[in-house]
Amino acid sequence: MGEAIVITSGKGGVGKTTTSANVGTALALQGKRVCLVDTDIGLRNLDVVMGLENRIIYDLVDVVEGRCKIHQAVVKDKRFEDLLYLLPAAQTSDKTAVTPEQMKKLVDELKQDYDYIVIDCPAGIEQGYKNAVAGANKAIVVTTPEVSAVRDADRIIGLLEKEENVEAPKLIINRIRSHMMKNGDMLDVDEITAHLSIDLIGIVADDDEVIKASNHGEPIALNPNSKASVSYRNIARRILGEAVPLQPLEEENKGVFSKLKKFFGVK
Amino acid sequence: MKKNQNVTIKGTKDGLTLHLDDSCSYGELKKELDRKLSENSRSVEDRLLSVRVQVGNRYLTEEQEEEVKELIRQKKNLIVESISSNVITKEEAEKQKEENEIVSVAKVIRSGQVLETPGDLLLIGDVNPGGTVMAGGNIFVMGALKGIAHAGCHGNNEAVVVASLMKPAQLRISNCINRAPDNDQEEEKREMECAYIDENDQITIDRLQVLMHLRPNITRLQGGS
Repeated sequence: MGEAIVITSGKGGVGKTTTSANVGTALALQGKRVCLVDTDIGLRNLDVVMGLENRIIYDLVDVVEGRCKIHQAVVKDKRFEDLLYLLPAAQTSDKTAVTPEQMKKLVDELKQDYDYIVIDCPAGIEQGYKNAVAGANKAIVVTTPEVSAVRDADRIIGLLEKEENVEAPKLIINRIRSHMMKNGDMLDVDEITAHLSIDLIGIVADDDEVIKASNHGEPIALNPNSKASVSYRNIARRILGEAVPLQPLEEENKGVFSKLKKFFGVK
Repeated sequence: MKKNQNVTIKGTKDGLTLHLDDSCSYGELKKELDRKLSENSRSVEDRLLSVRVQVGNRYLTEEQEEEVKELIRQKKNLIVESISSNVITKEEAEKQKEENEIVSVAKVIRSGQVLETPGDLLLIGDVNPGGTVMAGGNIFVMGALKGIAHAGCHGNNEAVVVASLMKPAQLRISNCINRAPDNDQEEEKREMECAYIDENDQITIDRLQVLMHLRPNITRLQGGS
């Protein structure tokens, strides 16, 4: 029986889709069978980031409405040997085309075939969010070091805590600019973690390579030389239960680093 | 003639008290009250006399209370100051209990969440920006208060807000509202502070320790030293 992880944030544009693509890819790199599910019906783009857009035949709405079977709709990622799949969202319908009950049934079915189901949640807290969370049993909240993103993350965490089937959410802080954090122009990692009072599962530096890779339809996690890639791979390992220390931001920042190490129980 | 009178009138130094017997029927009581007061209204004094009504172990519904008041008021120079009874309904009792209770909650109140209690609130956790805590009584926050706190929300001016870290977006006590200053430059630590309504009807923030003088009622401990 697999696990279903919803990647959510409340606010738009903080990197949910990029995180979903890369965490999914990194889990596949660890040898797990992964299915990415795009629930952003009407505004899909996980397929674009994964470079699988032109292979889509059926989509999530087709599955839910019984026009095809799940295995017909999932798109296989050729870069992996039978490990990474994508269930794309429909582009022609909107969020109301699917109900939370249908999503739950769909994800439960996927759990039979995959080790991890990574659900990319749309922005907002309406129907789309409810659909995305319905089938999940774990949640990762993505935020950036901005007050507005942290505020929305706080709201989303409050909503997630009400979901009985979802474990306590974990936090990813995305797009960290170490020089701004160092100068105090940006909220720092400790501050955000203390404010949201949930466990941190990873931090990702703001890296031009991420945008470049996304535009080429190649998740950055596939490129072992990038800093962001290491971050995503580490997040995947932490999801699998390994205790991986956070890699230091640009210049080693003793305070943050040692605290985070302590946080993950590493001496 | 009955031996026991259902209505007795007693004069005390504070005025008249009407004792209404609680073992007879309500109808009988009304009749006798009417008769008794008619006799009494012979008194020639012009000034208004206030009376207190003591109904013993009888429970009067709101309509009955109104009826009794009306009955007494009809007698020229009497007005009812209060009606007191030894009994209250379960509902009222529960409400009173709730209002006097201190409810403890271990939670982070996040953006968009509202926590409300009828009595005092003891929050073991933070109130994040965008979150709201409300209480009919006092609010004690063991963590950081960064959202909105509304104490005495049903109109209790004596209520206070206490927080380990006092950085509220807004403070409300009863009908008073106070918000954080726009220039948030003061870097001084705002630790262990309390907010209360001062004599100018303004919300004031001060050290926690002033409360024992300003609001001695917060102490519930009886006896001891």
